[in-house]
Amino acid sequence: MIDVEKLSFSYDDEETQEKKYVIAELDLHIDKGSFVAVLGHNGSGKSTFAKHLNGILLPSGGKVYIAGMDTQDDAHTFDIRSTAGMVFQNPDNQIVAAIVEDEVAFAPENLGVESSEIRRRVDECLEIVNMSEFAKSTPSRLSGGQKQRIAIASVLAMEPQVIILDEPTAMLDPKGRSEVMKTIKKLNQERGMTVVLITHYMDEAALADRVVVMEKGKVVIDDVPKKVFSEVEKIKAIGLDVPQVTELLYRLREMGFDMPDDIITVAECKEVLLQKLKGLKK
Amino acid sequence: MFKDITIGQYIEGNSFIHKMDARVKILLSLIYIVILFLISTPVAYALVFLLTAFLVWLSKLPVKYIIKGLKPMLYILIFTSILNLFMTGGGDVLWTCPFLPSLKITEQGLKTAILMVLRLSLLVVVTSLLTLTTSPLMLTDGIEKLLKPFEIIKVPAHEIAMMMTIAIRFIPTLSEETEKIIKAQTARGADFESGNILKRAKAMIPLLVPLFISAFRRADDLAVAMDSRCYHGGKNRTRMKQMKMTWRDGVAAIVLVLASVLLLAI
Repeated sequence: MIDVEKLSFSYDDEETQEKKYVIAELDLHIDKGSFVAVLGHNGSGKSTFAKHLNGILLPSGGKVYIAGMDTQDDAHTFDIRSTAGMVFQNPDNQIVAAIVEDEVAFAPENLGVESSEIRRRVDECLEIVNMSEFAKSTPSRLSGGQKQRIAIASVLAMEPQVIILDEPTAMLDPKGRSEVMKTIKKLNQERGMTVVLITHYMDEAALADRVVVMEKGKVVIDDVPKKVFSEVEKIKAIGLDVPQVTELLYRLREMGFDMPDDIITVAECKEVLLQKLKGLKK
Repeated sequence: MFKDITIGQYIEGNSFIHKMDARVKILLSLIYIVILFLISTPVAYALVFLLTAFLVWLSKLPVKYIIKGLKPMLYILIFTSILNLFMTGGGDVLWTCPFLPSLKITEQGLKTAILMVLRLSLLVVVTSLLTLTTSPLMLTDGIEKLLKPFEIIKVPAHEIAMMMTIAIRFIPTLSEETEKIIKAQTARGADFESGNILKRAKAMIPLLVPLFISAFRRADDLAVAMDSRCYHGGKNRTRMKQMKMTWRDGVAAIVLVLASVLLLAI
């Protein structure tokens, strides 16, 4: 679905006149229907990488192919952007219209879709993100999580195959965050949508089926979440954290308890701890 | 701070006026405003007042919204009425100031003052009626369609409409932001309320600078988000909500044209 080949992105530093690489020779292949989380701390190049996936930024070196289309090919710009839809961090700054349904209609209108078909897509997409009852509301009266779901719906209205989310929960409260994550998970599982989630929340990355960790414009770890988070020291060396439950079991292990190292969700952790406590009782 | 602005606010409804085509509503409002400035007799004013009252009734809007729209105009209304009251001469003198004999109210002055207040109020009522019954999107769409013929002389109709849409959309966002900055700067000891006009204007700088910076950042983000959703100007763009003229628009147009002819005749 997405093929990134030796992608480099650089800019000229104004003071030293040197080329600064934000992304250096990055290779990545993402399969159709997968849910990939891209982790990395500030300045790791993860946002810049995301903007390459729908041709907002073009590579300084290497190639990015979306469903076989080269992002540098002008003829495919709109095809690529409607195939790989993108949701941004700040919900306030990506909403164009003053009414929810007009907002969702914005993208298909740009694509020249017929008006009855736009209507159908708007209703369907609002249904998917569970916001149908707010179709006629004003976005400014909605909560952050609701606004972000509207932003997701307005991208879905292009009927993309991939959805790229650039830190979609960074500005939300815990409730909004869980609403948005539920929506993303649902898109991936029920609709087979390919999801690329850029995030710095480990608990969100734990929900993905593949985690890519970036540092200094390179991929340093690329594996399933259980494997990635089992290497607690390595993750910490990069300046990232592991999910809280993994951290808890890691500390217990350090204290001499026999705990598994591949636990990343609260439910799993609860199971393990209950088992251990029962064992202690006997 | 911005809560009193009724212009640009839209109240959903199902009335005759709500269902009219935005283009027709804009054009008829323009005709109405022109007529308002052409008539001069009290009888004509009384008729226009009745017509406006009928329109408000037809729109089924709560009257308090209409009144609220007039509130920001209060000072202008008072100012113009006082000015007209004392400055217009002619007719019988009704009252003379005991200390300043040149300051007097004449019959003509009183008449002009009343009519002027009525004229301005009706103007505001009709424009707020237009914006209250037309969704912002329909309004900007209507303007875009009406400006379309002027594209021959390079009027960027689509761009103007898009800018208006975005401006309307960002009014609440930026007013929220303004309030936040006011609070933040007040917490740092800024004083927005005391001092003379010059001092207060200067006090606005720590408010305006961050507001502008954030507005530019928002604009940048929005541009990228619009690009991501394949925005490329008005070319080949379709609309979800098509505009359709119905019998309502025909009836309204005929009524208003007849009323105009009648009003200009008396």
